[in-house]
Amino acid sequence: MTQRLYIPGDAAAVAVGADQVAAALAPHAAAKGVAIVRNGSRGAHELETLVEIDAPQGRVGYGPIDVEDVATLAPVLFDAGPHPKRVGRPEELPFFKKQTRLTFARCGVIDPQSLDEYRAAGGMKGLEKAQSLQQAALIDQILQSGLRGRGGAGFPTAIKMKTTAEAKAPRKFVVCNADEGDSGTFADRMLMEGDPFLLIEGMAIAATAIGAYKGFVYIRSEYPHAIRAMQKAVETARKAGYLGDTFDIEIRVGAGAYVCGEETALLDSLEGKRGQVRPKPPLPAIQGLFGAPTLINNVLTLAALPFILTEGAAAYKDYGMGRSRGTMPIQLAGDIKNGGLFETAFGMSLGELVNDIGGGTQTGRPVRAVQVGGPLGAYFPPSYFDTPFDYEAFTAKDGLIGHGGIVVFNDTVNMARQARFAMEFCTVESCGKCTPCRIGSVRGRETIEKIMAGEDVEANLEILTDLCNTMKFGSLCALGGFIPYPVMSAVRHFPEDFRACARALEPVG
Amino acid sequence: MWWRGNQLSGHCRSLFAFNRRRLSGIRNPVTKTLTKWDPEIAAEIARRHAGKEGALLPLLHDLMHEFGCVPDAAVPIAAEALNLSRAEVHGVVSFYHDFRREPAGKHLVQLCRAEACQARGGDAAAARCEAALGVAFGETRADGQVTLEPIYCLGLCASGPAALLDGAPVARLKGERLERLLAEAQR
Repeated sequence: MTQRLYIPGDAAAVAVGADQVAAALAPHAAAKGVAIVRNGSRGAHELETLVEIDAPQGRVGYGPIDVEDVATLAPVLFDAGPHPKRVGRPEELPFFKKQTRLTFARCGVIDPQSLDEYRAAGGMKGLEKAQSLQQAALIDQILQSGLRGRGGAGFPTAIKMKTTAEAKAPRKFVVCNADEGDSGTFADRMLMEGDPFLLIEGMAIAATAIGAYKGFVYIRSEYPHAIRAMQKAVETARKAGYLGDTFDIEIRVGAGAYVCGEETALLDSLEGKRGQVRPKPPLPAIQGLFGAPTLINNVLTLAALPFILTEGAAAYKDYGMGRSRGTMPIQLAGDIKNGGLFETAFGMSLGELVNDIGGGTQTGRPVRAVQVGGPLGAYFPPSYFDTPFDYEAFTAKDGLIGHGGIVVFNDTVNMARQARFAMEFCTVESCGKCTPCRIGSVRGRETIEKIMAGEDVEANLEILTDLCNTMKFGSLCALGGFIPYPVMSAVRHFPEDFRACARALEPVG
Repeated sequence: MWWRGNQLSGHCRSLFAFNRRRLSGIRNPVTKTLTKWDPEIAAEIARRHAGKEGALLPLLHDLMHEFGCVPDAAVPIAAEALNLSRAEVHGVVSFYHDFRREPAGKHLVQLCRAEACQARGGDAAAARCEAALGVAFGETRADGQVTLEPIYCLGLCASGPAALLDGAPVARLKGERLERLLAEAQR
């Protein structure tokens, strides 16, 4: 077999120069008769660009490689020789060794655009199994696995499927929510770029379960690489006969509206309208896209289905804790030493993730706060680091795990500014349909500004608390309803930042 | 949104005549020359989408791809092709951040301003961008050289600060790397 050289084509690698590295290594590879594969990212973003070469002992990695390193790397690379940036076999690195990769098993390993490699690595077996089962038995398998929606709400996937499957209608849809707008999250993007056929297989399984004839993947426009990867993969799957008459997939592109990550706003956007939130009921499972019963799920939820079908529900359910079963691709971001994608069973503590896996801050400064679950997630202080990564445990502490993003802030962060940012973000991204979110966020920002200026601090904090309550219980969707989480958690855990006099006395980082 | 709409001043309109690089690189990773506004071409693009369900966003993306913006003159063309009212099309164009009414500058810098990049020195990078490019966020420089915009998350959250330069992702924007981006944007 031809020796292969792997240079990630993932956006996280391309953004730090992977294309230039690939171009510089291309003539050296050609001279040696080595084929270059643009694989996905394995997910250790500090190591990007992580270049890997086939060697007798397995793949050997070098990283982070810049184009300036190519001159010294090229002479030793093809024999996997010594180099200051040689990291050895990636699988042996602690960051990867400690993971349980069920969903991301192939990501960064195979050529993401090769359907043959996907099949050789066990792909499409889940779909074959699904097609051999009766609809009810198939949904039961998913129910047994305990899979819950990975988009943030954590709703049991099988219940959604059952409702959609039982709805009587001439046509039904599967919609994949790939509008991954939460800051600190990139798992959907990595998966679509690094293993697109897995999502296609997952959607085809979901379509089999509910009897859908068409699926849409709604990808945000900020992810141009993922859009291209999915478009190419869908084309390939169609040619190979996996998509076509009975079930086909269309890729649709968002247009920069955060709120379209909310499922009903996404459906409106797919219909060609303003991405405004719909009141529920009716549930999308009964009346969704174009009025038809629609199963709408996050990328990671659908991508978990092939494993469940291939290995069985019990194999998936064995991982996790409490009512959070299986694995969660956790994303470590912000000021963190070993940032990237870390897939593990539910239950690992927040502190383990940030300090042991993440290695603490990259700057070396102490951790002051972590925001879990994106812009709508709560800020936790290090005293909460014993919280296990689990839906219920986070809810009990007035937080949420959302889409699994953890953003680490060091001691220079001003939490009043972060609270102000949350409100400001909500003013920019509110769809405008409901008053608590549309107007509440503007008043919230103004009130926080008054507090920051030292104006009637205590009275204004009371107003802010009251306003957050109104937004939490009065908003139509999670945007206005969850913005109080980051705001109030900042007020609760970091009160000193909201009191100007106290802040003036603090050393400035 | 607050910094959008018709705030971009009239000088942008005159930039129609210049060749500009493609903005968001969705369909074509390499640079594409934008077409000068032409209602016939716009109508042809719109017709390709007639009869499809939920076709308005794909149609508007195609107009963006061709002309670099969705000018007001495109609204009735899209409305007619899809059998919608002008108000409906206007409502959609003005709702989404991506659909600009007038083209961006020669270069488009979209710097991520979301939390993960903030935690990695995003504020400093933002201040440096404004100072070095001589333009505030949400604006195009008077000479049409560069447009600076905030963007919220590119999924490069462990390698921030991150940005899109003319649709191509760039990360670890500190020191030398940030200066290189700024030089590129002024070329």
